[in-house]
Amino acid sequence: MSEPEETPKAGSEETHGSQAPQGPKPPSAEVAKAEADGDLPARLGEARLDAPVVRMGMFGVQDTPDTSGYGLLRVHRAPPVHSSRPYGSYFDEVADALAAALEADGLGFSDAVERVVADRGELTFYVRRERLPAVAAKLRDDPDLRFEMCAGVSGVHYLDDTGRELHAVYHLLSITHNRRLRLEVTAPDADPHIPSLVDVYPTNNWHERETWDFFGIVFDGHPALTRIQMPDDWKGHPQRKDYPLGGIPVEYRGAKIPAPDERRHYA
Amino acid sequence: MTAGHTPGAPAGASEADEDATEGRVYTVSGEDWDEIVAAANEARDFEGSEQLVINMGPQHPSTHGVLRLILTLEGETVTEVRASIGYLHTGIEKNMEYRTWTQGVTFCTRMDYLMPFFNETAYCLATERLLGIEDKVPERAQIIRVMLMEFNRISSHLQGIGPMGMELGATTIFLQGLRLRERILDLYELITGLRMNHAYIRPGGLAQDLPVGALEAIQAFLASAPKLVHDLRTLIDANPVFIGRTRDVAYLDLAGCMALGVTGPMLRSTGLPWDLRKSQPYCGYESYDFDVPVTDTCDAYGRYVVRVDEIEQSMKIIAQCADRLAERGPGGPADPVMIKDAKIGWPARLSLGPDGLGPSPEHIAHIMGQSMEALIHHFKLITEGFRVPAGQAYAAVESARGELGAHVVSDGGTRPYRVHFRDPSFTNLQSVAALCEGGMVADVIPAIASIDPVMGGVDR
Repeated sequence: MSEPEETPKAGSEETHGSQAPQGPKPPSAEVAKAEADGDLPARLGEARLDAPVVRMGMFGVQDTPDTSGYGLLRVHRAPPVHSSRPYGSYFDEVADALAAALEADGLGFSDAVERVVADRGELTFYVRRERLPAVAAKLRDDPDLRFEMCAGVSGVHYLDDTGRELHAVYHLLSITHNRRLRLEVTAPDADPHIPSLVDVYPTNNWHERETWDFFGIVFDGHPALTRIQMPDDWKGHPQRKDYPLGGIPVEYRGAKIPAPDERRHYA
Repeated sequence: MTAGHTPGAPAGASEADEDATEGRVYTVSGEDWDEIVAAANEARDFEGSEQLVINMGPQHPSTHGVLRLILTLEGETVTEVRASIGYLHTGIEKNMEYRTWTQGVTFCTRMDYLMPFFNETAYCLATERLLGIEDKVPERAQIIRVMLMEFNRISSHLQGIGPMGMELGATTIFLQGLRLRERILDLYELITGLRMNHAYIRPGGLAQDLPVGALEAIQAFLASAPKLVHDLRTLIDANPVFIGRTRDVAYLDLAGCMALGVTGPMLRSTGLPWDLRKSQPYCGYESYDFDVPVTDTCDAYGRYVVRVDEIEQSMKIIAQCADRLAERGPGGPADPVMIKDAKIGWPARLSLGPDGLGPSPEHIAHIMGQSMEALIHHFKLITEGFRVPAGQAYAAVESARGELGAHVVSDGGTRPYRVHFRDPSFTNLQSVAALCEGGMVADVIPAIASIDPVMGGVDR
């Protein structure tokens, strides 16, 4: 589930690996409870109210309390989730097979995968970035894994996730076993390097160029990491959260309507 | 086209391009190929160069939009192809981060403009997974989604096959294809109000139910369309010119497709019956009876055959959808097309008034005259939107071009934190070098057409 952390963890990787499950209950339990209570699905979000408050106020006002009666001016964000076994579905088999394949090479599972999240019927391995090519090679070649296809890489920029701001998310597909798997790798803004997977999955060539273009993640070992969508001389990486949307205020009947990223919103 | 490494300016050529860094550059605009070859031969004598660099696009009638190919030729043999994209980048993913979850549909429908319903469905399925309402979307909405996606598969394939014929010199194929496609666009217009950019499929269901007369129009289409498809097949399937231009051209086998992440008709033309509708069904596809067409020729002709076979299978699915809808009756509150949960479902039903399409008079009377709470609810849901629990989801659909995936991230707010689309055109277009290098320059055209890329989807 949610990666954004409200408190900096300063790259304490061991903490993540051995962290006991905390925060909101796993969603499957939530769903079961909600259905038992006859709750509507929209109420599932209310489990977040247990989560720490990360921001107050609306319309950019920071310090005033909620006097509107609206009652939803507090923005909650769940702490990082770490699923524990059993993960359910085929997820345990995949984790076991990967652990066995890595051990054959003298690598421990927790050496390579810092945490495992099974959420909403999807399995995510948070892979330590230096281990990414080894893990991907195992995932592709091991007969019990056989994730032959990679659906590319998608970047996400979590401004609040100090020390791990940039995330690269890979979606793998096994045609042999008809399974899906997500890999997530993080890098700090100060050192935005992640090993390239082009050697393992040649399809990632353009995808990594796109993620470099939009997020500034440097994929080490990519054959030609150049911009792909933006012009070659473009400054900055437009899909980072600290890059403004741009746009110009529009005049309408004497009033100025601000650009979309400056309008009021309800985060 | 702009050709490099050629001396002097033959008749009809313009002066050297300022951007060129080496060799001589002139713009070709309708000269005979002989003249270009003569100029290239002169260059060979003049500069000792064997190579001719051709810049095809970004404005070129057979690149399916603003695609630019940089071809290196030796004689008529292509030795190197590089694709340059980004000319149609519109920042849709970034823009979606600044609108509500519902408004996001209005943006993503415009990505690959030839298959808007697939874009909308992929995004909505991912959003519904984040909300945990995948199994609460009404069945009627799912049937209409499937029907529209299959219509879209037909219209998209026709737009792939028709222009392919035209690029090979046969305008009849183009006109036959577009004649049938036009019928489908008329149905879109009847059902959603628009010929493209529909924003009809919404998180939780659909924007509105089928209008009166839609089912009859669909039945009429099903009665007459198979003949038009048959005509098209009679024209192309065994046409010696078409076969000569496409058979054994643009070869890409299964291993190549796997490595390059190629999906859709290109993958199925290698003999692998991989179709997400069968292997990982969504929207109730497991309950429909249809086949997955494959060929094992790995070439441009095989891809054409897969596409035209898929058109026939899609007709079969649409007929099943129409039967189910006919059985269910006219819809209405007992058979809704939007999730019942009022915290997510759009509050107003649309209806046609004297001043155009808008909320129904009953709904206006309710919120303006009877219930202050209903007015507040309407206002909050439409201006602020609903909240989506934090997390991430990836939903993939088998679009006309292959696996279209939506990776959607929420931070618990009323707007997506990040939306990324894994567009099949983008991924499949990477294979252009593997398809064209070592072949003839004339084969580049059917190769591109057999990938069927849409630059709106590639650049997003």
